[in-house]
Amino acid sequence: MSFIQSMDQIFITLQHWIAGFFPLWLQPAVMAILAVVAILGAFPAIFAVTTVLERKGLGRMQNRLGPNRVGPLGILQPVADGIKSLTKEDIVPFTADGLVHFLAPLVLVTAVFLGFAVLPVGRNMVLVNMDAGLFFFFAIGASVELSIFMAGWSSRNKYSLLGAMRAIAQMISYEVPLLLSSVVAVMITGSLSTTKIVEAQGGFTGIFPHWYVFTPWGFAGFILFVIAALAETNRSPFDLPEGESELVAGYFTEYSGFKFALFFLGEYLGMLSIAGFGITLFLGGWGAPFSFLGFIPSWLWFFLKLFAAISFFIWLRGTLPRLRQDQLMNFAWKFMLPMALLNLVVAGAWRFLGEGWQRWIICSVVLLAAYFLLGRTLMRHQKLGPRSYRYAE
Amino acid sequence: MLGEAILKGLAVTAKNFAGSFVSEERMTTVQYPEERIAPIENTRDFPVLIYDGADPMAGLRCVACQICEKECPPKCIYITKSADKKPDYVGKPQFYPTRFDIDISVCMSCQICVEVCPFEAIKMDTEFELSTTDRFGGLLFDREQLAKSNEYYHSIHPTEAAEVDARLAEEKAKTEAKAKAAAEAAAAKAAIAAATPKEAPAKEPLP
Repeated sequence: MSFIQSMDQIFITLQHWIAGFFPLWLQPAVMAILAVVAILGAFPAIFAVTTVLERKGLGRMQNRLGPNRVGPLGILQPVADGIKSLTKEDIVPFTADGLVHFLAPLVLVTAVFLGFAVLPVGRNMVLVNMDAGLFFFFAIGASVELSIFMAGWSSRNKYSLLGAMRAIAQMISYEVPLLLSSVVAVMITGSLSTTKIVEAQGGFTGIFPHWYVFTPWGFAGFILFVIAALAETNRSPFDLPEGESELVAGYFTEYSGFKFALFFLGEYLGMLSIAGFGITLFLGGWGAPFSFLGFIPSWLWFFLKLFAAISFFIWLRGTLPRLRQDQLMNFAWKFMLPMALLNLVVAGAWRFLGEGWQRWIICSVVLLAAYFLLGRTLMRHQKLGPRSYRYAE
Repeated sequence: MLGEAILKGLAVTAKNFAGSFVSEERMTTVQYPEERIAPIENTRDFPVLIYDGADPMAGLRCVACQICEKECPPKCIYITKSADKKPDYVGKPQFYPTRFDIDISVCMSCQICVEVCPFEAIKMDTEFELSTTDRFGGLLFDREQLAKSNEYYHSIHPTEAAEVDARLAEEKAKTEAKAKAAAEAAAAKAAIAAATPKEAPAKEPLP
């Protein structure tokens, strides 16, 4: 085994080595536990780095320095934040439904962590190589909504409930385009397994990879997926459910101390996992972007892509203002859904139009025309006069 | 086209992001404990008591009239009037506060106490680094802590302090002139009284 290969498989080797100390019948369980521990350690660590990156990045975009007090250049800020949230008083409102109030953050974090089980972070590095991996991820992702509504409802606070209602409306609306935009990758691969989807994108033409994002339907699907993912994780510009200026913090208004930190963690982990799945579906997962860069370990590629995705999300957050509720819904049902449905048809056509260059032109033209036409209708100026009220006689 | 403005916006933020690393002028924030900018002249936060002369307690302009205590919207001023009197800046005997407390954790910096004070005794400070670990006693300032010299007032609000000094001087001059006039009148009256001593008994009705 060459050095490159051993670096690529270093974590697998490590896992097998540690499991070797245990009796044979215990080894599968030990290996599973090790992988779980790795996920539980790695992604919260990335979350911590993400928070400080986000604060510093947003600061720079607004011509500020960002946090710069704790540790050199403020990189120990997450440690200080963690200690602060642990030592804070945990307040439960007097009229709150105590059990549900307590369970909501746990359900959120558990559901989000379960999503990482089917995320391939490197060659052979997936906790469960499930045949219906993608399906599992979306099913688990849908239960995040449950925890959000639990939080909003149990707090017995009108702002929490409003935030939760907004979040549910938004997440259900955007779940449809999210699913439909990722279905194209499944259609072309012919499998729901996340590892198979990554392997299907593994080839190269010349030095360029066969990532799905470099096809017309894949590009459209990727854009739709990113937009839907932003909405699904309540990131800016779709952060109305927790709009700081209107709803304090939305559904977790009544949470304090470590429960608040858990919500925060759940939200960022949700962003990480959905970014990971975007990478898996459209950006070739752990594959190298050029054929001559294959010597870099696969897991490193995955995390570099994840870093790029997070940076892009931060960049968007620093750029875009928050949408209004009606704009959000119009965008989901009048633009995202038709585009996603059309993209399914285009992906089917791509599959059956044969290998030539014709399919590139046909698919691109159809998608671009739809984009122009739908965009024009969406951007058409609505004549909004003064509101008129009609009262009962 | 849909999405065009988003790309433009992304370009703007990217430019600001990169620019913040290369140009110092772009940075809008001040690194506070190390760098400071002087407060503008009209800055105000909490009221202080102004005194004249060297001794803070003897020179307090406050005469314990308690108008500010009554006018204070959040009721954060506590005054106890003295039993005896001491002369004020024009020499008139006045009461003085034996206790003058302001609870700055309650104060809302509205400046109404300053506006109602007829003696120019209470003015707004600019000191803002007042954090303390004792949130009750540490934020209840007594008259020793509140007393600030007129020179200090001049240093924080020069224009306003000059106006106040001019007004006080004018008032003092007016009072002195009045006193002088009164004294002169009294002297003249006494002189007239002394010049015509016989007339007075004549006016008395005879028994």
